[in-house]
Amino acid sequence: MTDFRQLDARLPAAYLTPGSSSFAEFLGTQAPELLPGRRSLPEGSAAGLAPHGTTIVATTFPGGVVMAGDRRATMGNVIAQRDIEKVFAADEFSAVGIAGTAGLAVEMVRLFQTELEHYEKIEGTTLSMDGKANRLAALIRSNLGMAMQGLAIVPLFAGYDLSSGLGRIFSYDVTGGRYEETAFHAVGSGSLFARGSLKKLYRDDLDAEECVTAAIQALYDAADDDSATGGPDLTRRIFPVVAVISGEGYRRMPDEEVAAIADRVINARMRRPDGPAASLT
Amino acid sequence: MSMPFYVSPEQMMKDRADFARKGIARGRSVVVVQYADGIVFVSENPSQALHKVSELYDRIAFAAVGRYNEFENLRIAGVRLADMRGYAYDRRDVTGRGLANAYAQTLGTIFSSGGDKPYEVEIFVAEVGTEPSEDQIYRLTFDGQVADEHGFAVMGGSAEQVAGHLREGYRDGLGLDDAVRCAVEALGKGEEGGRKIPAHDLEVAVLDRTRSQQRKFKRLSGEQLATIVGRNGDQPPHPAGESTSPSSGAADDAGRRAEKPPVAPPPDAQDS
Repeated sequence: MTDFRQLDARLPAAYLTPGSSSFAEFLGTQAPELLPGRRSLPEGSAAGLAPHGTTIVATTFPGGVVMAGDRRATMGNVIAQRDIEKVFAADEFSAVGIAGTAGLAVEMVRLFQTELEHYEKIEGTTLSMDGKANRLAALIRSNLGMAMQGLAIVPLFAGYDLSSGLGRIFSYDVTGGRYEETAFHAVGSGSLFARGSLKKLYRDDLDAEECVTAAIQALYDAADDDSATGGPDLTRRIFPVVAVISGEGYRRMPDEEVAAIADRVINARMRRPDGPAASLT
Repeated sequence: MSMPFYVSPEQMMKDRADFARKGIARGRSVVVVQYADGIVFVSENPSQALHKVSELYDRIAFAAVGRYNEFENLRIAGVRLADMRGYAYDRRDVTGRGLANAYAQTLGTIFSSGGDKPYEVEIFVAEVGTEPSEDQIYRLTFDGQVADEHGFAVMGGSAEQVAGHLREGYRDGLGLDDAVRCAVEALGKGEEGGRKIPAHDLEVAVLDRTRSQQRKFKRLSGEQLATIVGRNGDQPPHPAGESTSPSSGAADDAGRRAEKPPVAPPPDAQDS
């Protein structure tokens, strides 16, 4: 029985009991049905039931990190949504992008955001970058049962590490494995093409805006070869969601700025559809 | 063969109230002031780690006086309730009124239940709106009473004296700097005559409606606070506009209070 809805009554005893600073743990004792990982599904695959999000890329630059995601959600061969947002601020200095089952992933992002904020409010200090990455791993791990029935969530986590002053990227597998990536990474159905593209474009001296350009090029290449990844939608003016995280915090790049960069990329592709050519040696 | 003494309910409640009041009166005061862009909390608290003022949710903050372990308990319960509600419904569904109500019910039950000792705490729950007219400040006492405050409010040891001084300096639509100076001055005067509270002994936090982030709570400390209140606790001239002019040799703690910025009028002149 959950008491949180009865706001008119007094605070339940469990709320006044000293305990963990983790919101997910507290939720597990007070309202377990709200935890995404605690649901039992009937047997069989549920993979075709809900929309899937696709490609997320992240690249680091000196003093920060850029994360970008395409806007498409697919359900089989149908485009379920063409302007879905898959890159979110996790807190003031980190972002999480999601690929996989969209509904569950968005719910997990909300839980993760609340988890970080809850810890910060209770403890009076923020978690370290590694602490945040580990918390996300624990949340993913709790979803393993659903992942095995086709409802997998594959996030990409990136942020600015306040203690080292660097942008860092973490990728995950469905079992909660946490892997730190260097320089750049991509997840989702178009990630192979995006990663190949970034391999040729990325240099570690790129600044924030150049990194955004590289990320948009990579998403273009992903959309070029992967039907589930959405390319720039010129008629509706829908472009990727781009987040830039540096020592100044999380900043979602305004749509006009992203559109300007995307337009430049598209103009160049009008002349060379495969994108910029890398030198042979 | 002992006979239990009969204690009338009136006497029992009075004893419990006296007990709680005494506990609260030992602590230093907390001031809350509405200013043009939000709500500011000011208290004297030399500790950097044990806060009297903290964030509950996006637009809602909590301040308390009294026994630390008791109000810390209430604060954590409030954070849990707010986060739980915000997660189950939506961020907009977490309201200051709801939280104040939960606190009131909890404190009221503890106060009137025979077994537990009453909590020796008083609490502010404040919510900043998009307009000054939508700001809400609730003051909760140890017995679960709720008062809706406007403009400014004080609780703690010498609340009445501090409120008296605050009444002289406060007016609607103060800027942040003026509001903080006004509160610090009142806190200093209210307790043990005319003390000057140095900036590093202050705990100041705001709910700032102009912040672009969703979470409007922010602590003011260090350099920023020192610039506002005057580095050595010497208040800059009250009507702001003139430079805040921290005194020379400012960082020297040993020489605190020894010198005043030459531009500051004598403290008494500010009263009249």
